[in-house]
Amino acid sequence: MYGFGFVKGLTTTIKHFIGTYTDEFNWAGKGGRYYNDEALKVRQSLKTEGAITVMYPEEKLEMPERFRFVPFLIMDDPAPGQKAGKDWCTSCGICAKVCPPQCIWIERGKKPNGRPKPEPEGFYIDIDICMNCGYCSEYCPFDAIKMDHDYEMASYDRSASHIHDKERLSKPISYWRAIAPGRAADEERRRVEAAEAKNKKKAARGR
Amino acid sequence: MADPIIEIDEPEVPSVDPVEQATATLKEKFPELSDDSRPNYTGIMVPPEKLLEVAKTLKDELGFEYLSSVTGVDLIDDGKMEVVYHTYNLDAGGGAVVLKTQVDRDQPDVPSLTPMWPGADFQEREAFDLLGINFPGHPDLRRILMWDGFEGHPLRKDWREAFYEQDNKPFKSRWPEGHVFRAEERTAFGKNVKYPAGWLPEGLDNDTDEEIYSGMTVSRPKSKTDIRTDIVTVNIGPQHPSTHGVFRMVVTLDGETVIDLKPVMGYLHRNHEKIGERNTFLQNIPYTDRLDYISSMGNNQGYVMAIEKLLGVTPPERAEWIRILMVELTRICNHLWSIGFLINDLGAFQTPMLYLTIERELILDLFEATAGSRMMCNYMRFGGLAYDLPPAVRGQETMAFLTELVYERLPKILDELDIYLTGNEIIRERCVGIGIMTREEAIAYSACGPMLRGSGVNYDVRKQDPYSYYEHLDFDIPVRQGGDVFDRYMIRVEEMHQSLKICRQVLPYLKQTAGAPILEGDPQYNIRVPQGGDAYGRVENPKGELGYYVTAKPKGTNPERYHIRAPSFINLTPLGLMSKTDKVADLVVILGSIDIVLGETDR
Ligand code: SF4
Ligand code: SF4
Repeated sequence: MYGFGFVKGLTTTIKHFIGTYTDEFNWAGKGGRYYNDEALKVRQSLKTEGAITVMYPEEKLEMPERFRFVPFLIMDDPAPGQKAGKDWCTSCGICAKVCPPQCIWIERGKKPNGRPKPEPEGFYIDIDICMNCGYCSEYCPFDAIKMDHDYEMASYDRSASHIHDKERLSKPISYWRAIAPGRAADEERRRVEAAEAKNKKKAARGR
Repeated sequence: MADPIIEIDEPEVPSVDPVEQATATLKEKFPELSDDSRPNYTGIMVPPEKLLEVAKTLKDELGFEYLSSVTGVDLIDDGKMEVVYHTYNLDAGGGAVVLKTQVDRDQPDVPSLTPMWPGADFQEREAFDLLGINFPGHPDLRRILMWDGFEGHPLRKDWREAFYEQDNKPFKSRWPEGHVFRAEERTAFGKNVKYPAGWLPEGLDNDTDEEIYSGMTVSRPKSKTDIRTDIVTVNIGPQHPSTHGVFRMVVTLDGETVIDLKPVMGYLHRNHEKIGERNTFLQNIPYTDRLDYISSMGNNQGYVMAIEKLLGVTPPERAEWIRILMVELTRICNHLWSIGFLINDLGAFQTPMLYLTIERELILDLFEATAGSRMMCNYMRFGGLAYDLPPAVRGQETMAFLTELVYERLPKILDELDIYLTGNEIIRERCVGIGIMTREEAIAYSACGPMLRGSGVNYDVRKQDPYSYYEHLDFDIPVRQGGDVFDRYMIRVEEMHQSLKICRQVLPYLKQTAGAPILEGDPQYNIRVPQGGDAYGRVENPKGELGYYVTAKPKGTNPERYHIRAPSFINLTPLGLMSKTDKVADLVVILGSIDIVLGETDR
C-alpha cells in the first residue's frame, strides 16, 4: 500500500522522540538526564535510547586513556617553590626523526666544552602541523613525551600561540598519572623492571 | 609462539594456477616477453609496441578481463618511464597478471588501453598528469588532479615542491640544531595575503575550462512539434552538499534529462603519493588514514600488508584477529554512513542519517579506546598492531562491550533499517531502475566493491584472493543482478549482516588469544626494507578494492614509488555512463550510490 512505508518510517522518528522523553522521566529525581555524570555515562554507552547528545561544554566526555591530541613533555614534579622540574627528555632526537609531518624541532644541549649534553636546550612543536599520530610518544625510549587530552586549544591568532616551546610543552609527571593512570603505572613497572635487569647484569659482571 | 588455535585445512590446490598458466601461454605466443629481471620484482615485461596485442590476448583469450590498476613509475636512474598494469581473472580468482612496459623518459609514449578497457581512462589521465606519460589513442587525455595550466609533472623524481627541503625525511634541520620556522615564512609570499608587485601566477592565462566543455554541446532539436527544451550545460559543484565533498560534475541537460557528464576532481589533491615517497615507511601509516577517512582501519591494513611483503614478516595470530574485527566494524561504519547519506540525497534530510550515525559513534568509541582516535586510527604496524584491545570501552569491559555490540545493538539496528528503509516506497521508487550499469560495463570500467557486486559480478578480494585469515571464516558475498542504485544499497545492507557474522566468529578467538603478542618483534621506528623490490597489497575496503603498489631500493628507508589504487577514484569512471538518460535529480542519488570520499578520490 502506498504511504505505508512512509508511516512506518515516521514511527521510528517518533520512537526516538519518545525514547528521549521516557529517559528523561527515568532520570527525574535522580539528578536529571542532562548535566549529570551518571546519566551521561549511560547515554553514551550501548544502552543509550533516544537522543545521545552531549551538552558540550557543560558536559564533557571522558577521554579514554589512549586518546591522543597534541603531545607534551614530561618533567619531574617541581620541588616546592620551583616552577619546573627536571626534564625527562634526553634530546635523543628519535621523536623528531619519526614525526611524519616533521613538526618537532629539538635543539640539543651543549656542555661548556661543546660536547652534547643529554638535555634539550630548546624543544618546539608546531601544533598546526602536528597530525596527532602519537608516534613521538610511541617510540620515545624514555617515556618523556606523551599525548595530551586537552583538546580545547582554540585561539584567535595562530601565529602567536601555535608553536609550543619547551615551557609550554612541559607538564609534571603527576599530570600524566592523573589523565592516564593505567598507562602511567604500566610504564613505571616496565622502567623498574628494566632497571632491575640492568643492575643484575652489572652485578653479574662485577663478580 | 603458541600453537595455532585454528586448524589450517590444506587448501585445495587447483591443478594449475591461472596466473602461471596465463603467463606461460602469453610467453609462448609472444617470444618478445620476458620476466621482470630486477631482484624481487614480479611481472612480465612487454615491449610498448606489443602492449595492445598482449593485453587483447590476455583479456579475450585468457579470461583476465579486469584491469584493476594502472601505475606510472619514474625510473630516473635508468632514464625510463614504466607503466604497470594489474589484471585479474574474475572467475578463477587468485593473483594478478602484472604487465610492465618501459619507454624512454624523454619521449614517454605508451599506447592507451582505454579503447579496450574504459576503466583505464582516469588512471591513464592520472599518469599523464602526474608523470607526464603520453597515451596515444586516449580519447580525452587531459590533466585530472592538477589544474589545467599547471607547469610540470609533480610525481617525477626531479620535480620539487614549493617547500622542498630534502628528498627524504627525517629532515636534517629538525635535530640536533632545531631552530623552529614556519614553512610559509620561507616563501616569497609570506603569509600569503599580499602578492609582490607584478606577481602573476604562471599559466593563469591558459587556466580555462574550454577543454572540459569541448564535445559537450549538442545542438538544439529542430522539430517544431517537440516541446522545446533547451540543451544547457550546467556545473554541479564543486561546492554542493550532495557532491559529498568538493567535487564537480559538468552536465549537459536536455530539459531535465542528463545527456552527457564529465566529472571534474582534484580540488582536494595534495599529492599524497609524493608525500609518501618522501616519508619513511612507518611515517606513511597515519597518512593512509587520511585517504578514505571513513575507513581508516582498512587503509592501514592494505598498506601494512604491502610493506609486510617487502619485509617478509607475518603478524602474530591475535593481531590478525583484531585486524579482522576492526576492519569489519569499519565496513559497518562505512555502510551505515553511506546509506545515511544516500537517504539524505533522496531528500530524507538528516533524520535517518543521524540515527545511523548513533551506531557508528558507538563503534568509533571502540576505535578511540583502542587506537586513540575515532577516525584517524593509525592503528596497524608492520607485523602487528600498535596496541592490544583496551581493558574497557566507555566504562564497560571490552569483551562484554564487543559481545553486546555485535550480538544485540547492531543486529537490532540493521533489522530496523531493513524494516523502515528497504520497504519504503519512496526509496524503491527513487532507486529501482536508476543508474543502471550492466555486468559487462562494470567489468570494463574497472568498477569495484558494491558497484561490481551490485551488477552481478561475484568478486570480493576477501574470497577470491584471500588475505589475513579470511579463508578460515565463514561468510557469503552478496551479489545482485540489477545493477541499479537499489541493488547497491541492498548489497551494503547485506554486507553489514555478513560483517557481523564475521565479527561473531572472531570474538571467541579474541578470548582464546588474550594476552598473546600483537606485534612480531620489537617496536621499531627506523624500518629498512632489506632486499628492496616491488610489492602490491590489496584489500577489500568498504568502498571496493584498495591496492598499494610500493617499490623500494635494497636497504631503502622510504618507498621509491608509492601508488594507490583508490576505489573512490576509479569508481567514478562509469559515473557518466550510469547517469545518461536519467534525470538530473537522480544524478545526485547515483553519485551517492557510488559512495565516494574525496580524500581518497583526489589524494
Ligand atoms: S624521543 Fe623522547 S627523549 Fe628522545 S628527544 Fe624525543 S622526547 Fe626527548
Ligand atoms: S603526534 Fe605525530 S605529528 Fe604530532 S608531534 Fe608527535 S609524531 Fe609529530
